[in-house]
Amino acid sequence: MSAPLRAVLWRILQTVPVVFGVVVISFVLTRALPGDPAVYFAGAMADAQSIEEVRVALGLDQPLWRQFFLYVGDLLQGDLGNSISTGQPVLTDLAMRLPASLELTLTALLLACAIAIPLGVLAAVRQGSWVDHLCRVLVTAGVSLPTFFTGILLIYVFYYLLGIAPSPLGRLDFIYFEPPRVTGFYLIDSLIDGDPETFFAALRQLILPATTLALFTLAPIARMTRASMLTALSSDYIRTARAAGLSGAMVLFGYAFRNALLPVVTTLGMVFSFVLGANVLVEKVFAWPGIGSYAVEALVVSDYAAIQGFVLAMALLFVFLNLVIDLSYTLIDPRIRFAAK
Amino acid sequence: MMLSIKDLAVGFRTRRGEVQAVRGISLELAKGETLGIVGESGSGKSVTSFALMRILDAGGSITAGEVTYSGIDLRRASERDLRTIRGREISMIFQNPRAALNPIRKVGHQIEDVLRQHARATRGNAREKAIQALRDVRINDPEARYYAYPFELSGGMCQRIVIALALACDPRLLIADEPTTGLDITTQKAVMDLSQELIRERGMASILITHDLGLAAQYCDRLAVMKDGEIVETGPAEAVFANPQHDYTRRLVEATPRPDASVRSLLPADRRPPELEYTPSDQPLLEVRDLRKTFAGKAGPVHAVKGISFTVNQGQSVGLVGESGCGKSTTSSMLVRLLDPTEGQILYQGNDLAQIPAEQFGKHPLRGDIQLVFQDATDSLNPRHNAGDCIAEPLRRLAGLRGKALRERVEELAELTGLPANLLSRFPHQLSGGQKARVGIARAIALDPKFLILDEPTAALDVSIQAVILNLLADLRARLGMSYLFVSHDLNVVRLLCDEVIVMQDGAIVEAGPAAQVMTAPAHPYTRALLSAAPRPPERVLETEPLAEVQSAL
Amino acid sequence: MTTANPISVPSQGGLWAHLIYVLRDNPVTLLSFGLFAFFIGSALFGPYLVPYDPLATNSAIALQPPNFSHWFGTDNLGRDVFSRVIVATRLDLSISIAAVALSFVIGSVLGAIAGYWGGWLDAVLNRVFDTIMAFPLFVLAMGIVAALGNTIENIVYATAIINIPFYARLVRAEVNIRRESGFALAARLSGNSHWRVLAFHIFPNALPPMMVQVSLNLGWAILNAAGLSFIGLGVRPPEPEWGIMVAQGADFVVSGHWWVALFPGLWLMLAVFTFNLMGDGLRDIVDPRRRT
Repeated sequence: MSAPLRAVLWRILQTVPVVFGVVVISFVLTRALPGDPAVYFAGAMADAQSIEEVRVALGLDQPLWRQFFLYVGDLLQGDLGNSISTGQPVLTDLAMRLPASLELTLTALLLACAIAIPLGVLAAVRQGSWVDHLCRVLVTAGVSLPTFFTGILLIYVFYYLLGIAPSPLGRLDFIYFEPPRVTGFYLIDSLIDGDPETFFAALRQLILPATTLALFTLAPIARMTRASMLTALSSDYIRTARAAGLSGAMVLFGYAFRNALLPVVTTLGMVFSFVLGANVLVEKVFAWPGIGSYAVEALVVSDYAAIQGFVLAMALLFVFLNLVIDLSYTLIDPRIRFAAK
Repeated sequence: MMLSIKDLAVGFRTRRGEVQAVRGISLELAKGETLGIVGESGSGKSVTSFALMRILDAGGSITAGEVTYSGIDLRRASERDLRTIRGREISMIFQNPRAALNPIRKVGHQIEDVLRQHARATRGNAREKAIQALRDVRINDPEARYYAYPFELSGGMCQRIVIALALACDPRLLIADEPTTGLDITTQKAVMDLSQELIRERGMASILITHDLGLAAQYCDRLAVMKDGEIVETGPAEAVFANPQHDYTRRLVEATPRPDASVRSLLPADRRPPELEYTPSDQPLLEVRDLRKTFAGKAGPVHAVKGISFTVNQGQSVGLVGESGCGKSTTSSMLVRLLDPTEGQILYQGNDLAQIPAEQFGKHPLRGDIQLVFQDATDSLNPRHNAGDCIAEPLRRLAGLRGKALRERVEELAELTGLPANLLSRFPHQLSGGQKARVGIARAIALDPKFLILDEPTAALDVSIQAVILNLLADLRARLGMSYLFVSHDLNVVRLLCDEVIVMQDGAIVEAGPAAQVMTAPAHPYTRALLSAAPRPPERVLETEPLAEVQSAL
Repeated sequence: MTTANPISVPSQGGLWAHLIYVLRDNPVTLLSFGLFAFFIGSALFGPYLVPYDPLATNSAIALQPPNFSHWFGTDNLGRDVFSRVIVATRLDLSISIAAVALSFVIGSVLGAIAGYWGGWLDAVLNRVFDTIMAFPLFVLAMGIVAALGNTIENIVYATAIINIPFYARLVRAEVNIRRESGFALAARLSGNSHWRVLAFHIFPNALPPMMVQVSLNLGWAILNAAGLSFIGLGVRPPEPEWGIMVAQGADFVVSGHWWVALFPGLWLMLAVFTFNLMGDGLRDIVDPRRRT
């Protein structure tokens, strides 16, 4: 087996204990805490009898280790329990709402990378110039801004004062119809449907929340790009490349940038963590019908199955994203490929 | 003249204002000539070379003077013009070759980049030409090496790749900036011989920048000695070495260890106190018997030390010499009881110390008897403790000294090691390399050890400081009657202090005997290779030993 | 450090001079420490100095824009926004400082042990931290608070738990690179046990980078706590807290009553900003290499 392939398989194998750990933690959070989980799961309106029914249904009368196996067994069948508020299986609810969250998150992330990476590179190349100062201000402000607060500010300015943004309520203004569901991403589905009007309407709804998230995400990416670009530019191999007469573009992009990208890609893992968390807040501010606002609604009515399902789903999503990041890292950095045993 | 530098000055903007790194130097270099620029750290020798290539770090700029290469004004040339000169007319190789190569690009592609940049190759024949460039620097199996990444190659191999990259476009001038620093001495010789051969073959001119006067004198026609950004002396290599004119050059020449020098003769002639009497006894102090250390490695056990035996007598100094990875550091860690041997005995005054686990030795009464002077003084001093606290630490922990008694002892030690008492309150970063070395030595001798291991105590120091520290160690030995085990890669340095020398290779002792005998009549081929690889000043040209086995090991 | 019973001069006076030097050297540090002092002052004395009772409602003056008697305006129940913003400082600061202190202590101990001794303990801890960090941190905090119960203490615990891996990882790395360093070995040759080497020689050297982490984490912790309150976890109305106040104000922004959300949001931002700026200054204070 070739070294790169072995490294990829090894990395995929490494997610197994992490996923196991995630399942254990979510089990601990649902079952093993002080108090009676049956009471939580039955909901606020339950009487003694329905609590008892929940207890038996969840196997809470069994010893803890057996409860764990029951739990894992349920998970393997995709059974996250039923939501009290919607009455549907939690998995169905999450699957319905996940595309909305992903569309928002990915748009924000693309937006953030598209601004932050060139900004960070420019700031490093023109160290001390106005671009550098702008970068520093954006970075410091970006990490200091609470996302929910930025969102509210943007709504006030662009919706209330200027009136150029649509009302911050969901993915599509009520005068439009939802495009037929293919991917669940409105932007893509409306294009598949050949309906540019809906596409632009969806885009208009998306701009403010995506910008809010992107502003928050931009900071760590720009900071890391700038720092790693500076490190790369001051390293010995850049001196060698310059001494060998390589062109400025080649030195900058072929040598420095590719090396600088490695720490940036690593940071993306942390950025995903932030984005997925901030997503919850942004969805609440913009009444975005994703899994974040689903969880917030569930919190209000103490819908435990829904909350725990949400936490687990987010963790699995995050583990998956990290896997993707690490695999792309393996492809960029030969040292990782060969280090794997 | 191919290259002429006139009154060149280079300044750096820092937060504390402008710092002059080079203060008006003038140099000339003729076609086919080899010039050595020699100086200690901070002399501005590397900055000079970066300045004439115009690749100074951010903040640095040429503030005055002229640099002319074949009629081209390099100081005022545009970046675009410079790019056609760099790599095609003037090339550079650097110290720390592994870092000098792009870590995530195959070495063959890096050579291709240069070839294509200077239109020496097309897409079609670039690979072929890159492989030819690798072959030119005598790399075995260049087709396979073409696909290697720098981290897969040894330091010596990486330096060959850097040379291949520098010479790929047939430049007329090669600037080598400390090309062998950090490489083993036999590797150093192989790299230097190779580059000399290539330079002669192609009729190139070259500039060798180094701190090692001996190395420069051996490989260069002419020398320029730099100090504090100025050139203090230039002249033919033999003349500079045999009859230095400037005071500083003379000091440098004297401080450079030579096979025939004594430790006192390294010091300036006017500052040589009489040698102190020193009489080793023939009573054994430390006997090592069949000492072994095996580490668990990823690919099976690694035998770092493969059963070595030797004896150190009371008051005797024994040198332990070998290149990196030979097991000398592992040996010294075991002897100083930081590391448990896998097998074997360490008999100290008859007690087998190997029986006491390293974990418990910290509280053992013999802890104070066996101490170590570390290789890198900077690394061995806690950055958060001032010099006084560093010296006081063993006195507090092991001798239980406090208050006035402690302070007096620390001051006494400072005086003994020549450290001004007012420096005791300074933190390590506020001390010079030589001062830090003194602090390290003062700490090591604080408890009056009988057996002191010196682990490359001068490897990180400039030669003039090295000379002073070696003399200090010689004096301390005579005054305190300690036994030394002097661990080093450099036979010429070890010989200055030691009566007995042990040569290690691959975890085993290949030769041991009186220093004079090992130096003049080495029995083992590896010892001969080590000796012949050491740079030799020009007036002592000996026959070159065959280095076949060393070269094939690269 | 107990060993720092100094042979020579630098003592408390030296530290004080060093502090002044650090503050003078960098205006940003001075600014951030000034702001920090302001927030600490608000937290300590704010409740006694504010002009109105932060909980007193008065529907007659509901939703007044900022004016001379109500600098930050009033909210929908006629409560004085300025008083509420200032009084909330104590709660927000307490939550973040308590959480960061907890994670600092636990993370340092675990990380130092793992970094110095390695072995199975290191492997196990690594797995645990991997697992914690496999959750998006805010989401994990949500899950923890939802499971443990909706109280302020649980917000502190949740915030501490999600921050522990950062400290542990950092300390582990810093300790690990110094484990075989010359000065650590020298300390052992001087008769120190492993514990002493770790606690008095290696660990203090990890402090400078940790201070940067502490300052960043204080910012995160405040954002995290405010975010949890914003979605209805932890602090409950009518208790004044920046996150809740922004959440309540959000409903009125769409009708143009911007001040209800703006001022608590601004204060929150300013606090996070202050903490983020303090990092370099804190590091310089604990780093003797900065002494000249």
